[in-house]
Amino acid sequence: MSAALHSGPVVHSLWTTAASSTDRFPTPHIEYAQLSPVLIIFGVAMLGILVEAFTPRRHRYTAQVVLAVVGLAAAFAAVVALAEKGYGTTKAHIAAMGAVAVDGPALFLQGTILLVGLVAVFTFAERRLDPKAHGRHVDSFAAQGSAVPGGEQEKAAVRAGFTTTEVFPLLLFAVGGMLVFPAANDLLTLFVALEVFSLPLYILCALARRNRLMSQESAVKYFLLGAFSSAFLLFGIALLYGYSGTVTYSGISAVIDGTAPTNPALDNTTGNDALLLIGLAMVAVGLLFKVGAVPFHMWTPDVYQGAPTPVTGFMAAATKVAAFGALLRLLYVVLPGMRWDWRPVMWGVAIATMLVGAVIAVTQTDVKRLLAYSSVAHAGFILAGVIAVDKDGVSSVLFYLAAYSFVTLGAFAVVTLVRDAGGEATHLSRWAGLGRRSPLVAAVFGVFLLAFAGIPLTSGFAGKFAVFKAAAQGGAMPLVIIGVISSAVAAFFYIRVIVLMFFSEPKPDGPSVAVPSPLTSMAIALGVVVTLVMGLAPQYFLDLADKASVFVR
Amino acid sequence: MSFPILTVTAAVPAVGAVVTAAVPAARRSAARLTALAFSVATLVLALVTMARFDTGGARYQFTETHTWVKNFGLHYDLGVDGIGVVMVALTALLIPFVMLAGWHDADPLEDVNPNRRWRPTQGFFALILLVEAMVVLSFEATDVFLFYIFFEAMLIPMYFLIGGFGDRAHPGGEEEAARQRSYAAVKFLLYNLAGGLIMLAAVIALYAATAKQLGTGTFSLQEILDARAAGRLHLVTSTERWIFLGFFFAFAVKAPLWPLHTWLPNAMGESTAPVAVLITAVVDKVGTFAMLRFCLQLFPEASKWATPVILVLAVISIIYGALLAVGQRDIKRLIAYASVSHFGFIILGIFAMTSQGQSGATLYMVNHGISTAALMLVAGFLISRRGSRLIADFGGVQKVAPVLAGTFLVGGLATLSLPGLAPFVSEFLVLVGTFSRYPVLGIIATLGIVLAALYVLVLYQRTMTGPVKAGVEGLSDLKARELLVVAPLIALLLFLGVYPKPVTDIVNPSVGHTLSDVHKTDPKPALEAKK
Repeated sequence: MSAALHSGPVVHSLWTTAASSTDRFPTPHIEYAQLSPVLIIFGVAMLGILVEAFTPRRHRYTAQVVLAVVGLAAAFAAVVALAEKGYGTTKAHIAAMGAVAVDGPALFLQGTILLVGLVAVFTFAERRLDPKAHGRHVDSFAAQGSAVPGGEQEKAAVRAGFTTTEVFPLLLFAVGGMLVFPAANDLLTLFVALEVFSLPLYILCALARRNRLMSQESAVKYFLLGAFSSAFLLFGIALLYGYSGTVTYSGISAVIDGTAPTNPALDNTTGNDALLLIGLAMVAVGLLFKVGAVPFHMWTPDVYQGAPTPVTGFMAAATKVAAFGALLRLLYVVLPGMRWDWRPVMWGVAIATMLVGAVIAVTQTDVKRLLAYSSVAHAGFILAGVIAVDKDGVSSVLFYLAAYSFVTLGAFAVVTLVRDAGGEATHLSRWAGLGRRSPLVAAVFGVFLLAFAGIPLTSGFAGKFAVFKAAAQGGAMPLVIIGVISSAVAAFFYIRVIVLMFFSEPKPDGPSVAVPSPLTSMAIALGVVVTLVMGLAPQYFLDLADKASVFVR
Repeated sequence: MSFPILTVTAAVPAVGAVVTAAVPAARRSAARLTALAFSVATLVLALVTMARFDTGGARYQFTETHTWVKNFGLHYDLGVDGIGVVMVALTALLIPFVMLAGWHDADPLEDVNPNRRWRPTQGFFALILLVEAMVVLSFEATDVFLFYIFFEAMLIPMYFLIGGFGDRAHPGGEEEAARQRSYAAVKFLLYNLAGGLIMLAAVIALYAATAKQLGTGTFSLQEILDARAAGRLHLVTSTERWIFLGFFFAFAVKAPLWPLHTWLPNAMGESTAPVAVLITAVVDKVGTFAMLRFCLQLFPEASKWATPVILVLAVISIIYGALLAVGQRDIKRLIAYASVSHFGFIILGIFAMTSQGQSGATLYMVNHGISTAALMLVAGFLISRRGSRLIADFGGVQKVAPVLAGTFLVGGLATLSLPGLAPFVSEFLVLVGTFSRYPVLGIIATLGIVLAALYVLVLYQRTMTGPVKAGVEGLSDLKARELLVVAPLIALLLFLGVYPKPVTDIVNPSVGHTLSDVHKTDPKPALEAKK
């Protein structure tokens, strides 16, 4: 119960104090130390913009990479320090006047997002893969984002050796938004965080150096559908405000439980269950869109395919972590009293997500689209854990998200290596015989695929077991059975890629495997190590997730 | 703390796999010898374990207990009963022969390969060792989840062995061979993975049930049995049945039992003969072993409930496998269908729930492993000489390669359970055990023996006797390495045929334990089991 709730008949929050009183304008009380991870990231991101504006072009790349790495590492250290001080467990509370929660799940997910962001910076900064353009090393991003694809301006930019170093501040802004998203403790903070991390992602999607048109198309699709889902979310928030007279999670929860004083100005609507149910559904739609759950998954394949592959990897891993965090908090903190209403719906969504993701993935011929549909199926598995509604459910979801995000990053990093004259060779037929040509790269990708498929001794298995166990203990055995059936279907297409890589003859004009710089190698190696460690000795991480699995209310 | 011999028995081949894989590409013979040395070391360890196994002692011996993942109730619990120790020994025994028989199977056809990392020979032997390690661990595991992990994980190296190192003697040529091989590997994997995932659901349900009743979920066989004996754990009948079905489904796919057997002929037909032996004589045994170890012990009531259906399926397997074997034109597929028939006998013996039946079934696993290995490996030598595996391409081989033909005949006679050779003893025990409780099924199953005589003798007659066919004239007889593979296996078949006591002595007490788990006593009047 936040302190704000006791301050008067009107439920105050960071968002409502300013509006409600005209004679006073109190300074909001902000716990800067507890919000330091977020503040560091936003601070560094703004510094990045200044670097972009004032540093000579030739120094920008180094400055930006160093800045981003240092910022992410510092923020991660801040998260660890907070967790060490007990903010994840005993001292968990709600900071910034009810706007942001500092508790176990928030810190765990923030730590994961920061690590994912750090690895993503490595893949963003890779400059060995593409052939040199006019004597300069270039990365996966367009020379000049604003130039028309194929136009004179673009040619000039490429000739001049321009590179888009603003991707690093964009990445940091996205990470900042993602840090707030799972920690948001009122609906407006939730919405602002959503926009803060979505807008940079829309731009990043449009910045591919190769296949510029496809990249821009993917960005437009992502933007339009994303805006649509934001609208849903916002409308849902309005309805929930109408229902409860507050936007804080604890306030809404108290109104649902019938224990809170209500706002007399909203007497006509307060407690109107229609508002609650419709608002809840709309907010859930907005979150399920970001998660990529069926039927709101339509954007994933196109966006995953069109976006520059390092961005895809980052987005696939980090967005999922942040969005599931927010979904968990919403369902566990705001709506525990409503579980009989939302559980059947979430059951349906989880079942549809698992089956549709797995079945449609079978027919894919492009490796990025394949991974996109696989991410849909995985969203379904995670939802099975979300539905458990107990401590085990939370900890299993946290563990799954951490395990999944490193496999995903690693897998997309491998995709950037397999190239031919047109850039990355993502069509599956081009991967035939890769195991003969480059056994090591194929073996590493094989490990990631086996982890996706949930073969024992990989992190994917440990995660899958954890969520299914939580679901079974929560009484959702049918969900587990559908889960294992779709796992079997999913195994088919992961195995198909392995067959292609190892048992097919290499094509004479097949793609070559580029030798990456230590940056990408590090990202991939980290993926493999995390996959195996979390598969063989998951106890430490399970304990960590277990300790972090209590939401502050 | 005593010497963890069970862990070491599994660790030796696992380490061997890593070492073998690390041998440089050009040093192929070094890789082969390294792998062989590790497999022989494993055999020595397995034999030491068997020799030190106290038949009158505790049910599970050489036990090791560690907690692996507390949150999952997963323990690293190892231990062997008489059945387990024999199965470990069988596995360790067969692997060196499999390696010797496949000595050159994985060598690249041309020596020039641009990529120095491409090391098929090293990979082949490393994968065999990896399979051995995982099979040994699944025989030793006394934690349901630990067993499950290796039961599933062994599919991956096995899959690469089938798909990556196929039979070069394919009737349809190189291109067709690659296609068929990849199809067989995928079919193998998907069948077994599907079975395994169904089992995963059952494993999770078991955890949920134990967590609910005991406070903390556990997979330890010992803890579950103790809790049940003390009355603290009682599975609701319907729950027990569902979980049993989940387990049994996975084991029936692996074993394989009709109608889940269809992956076996593909997998055995397309892989090289040593890999086919690895599938049918080693990996598939995990399925039948697990029925004894897990289905009967954990779910005695459900096992009894399902017995009628399982017995009928087993008898169908026996007859159906034998009939299809009679109709085969491909030597390896014929042996595969013969194996389906034999697995029917094993499952029949297990679920007849008599001491003769179960002792016979355990002995059958051993004997089938040895006899199939002998027959299949000789068949492999024959096929690679002729470059074809169609029966029609052979004829009169005994005139040009008499030793090869002779060993093939012994392997074949063992397969049809000729008295004096080891499989006779076990088949007899299984049938006696079945007769005493289910006479009708016993009579039908006996037909399988008649059909076995038909498919083995017709196979011998068509390939070995008669005029020498074109293409067969130049076949050389068995080489020293090949004799080294076949001779010990045949010696073993003869030895266990006249004196099975060393194996039955170890197995019988464990069978007694298993039967008491399902509260079954032998029907009276009982026929005396071979003591």
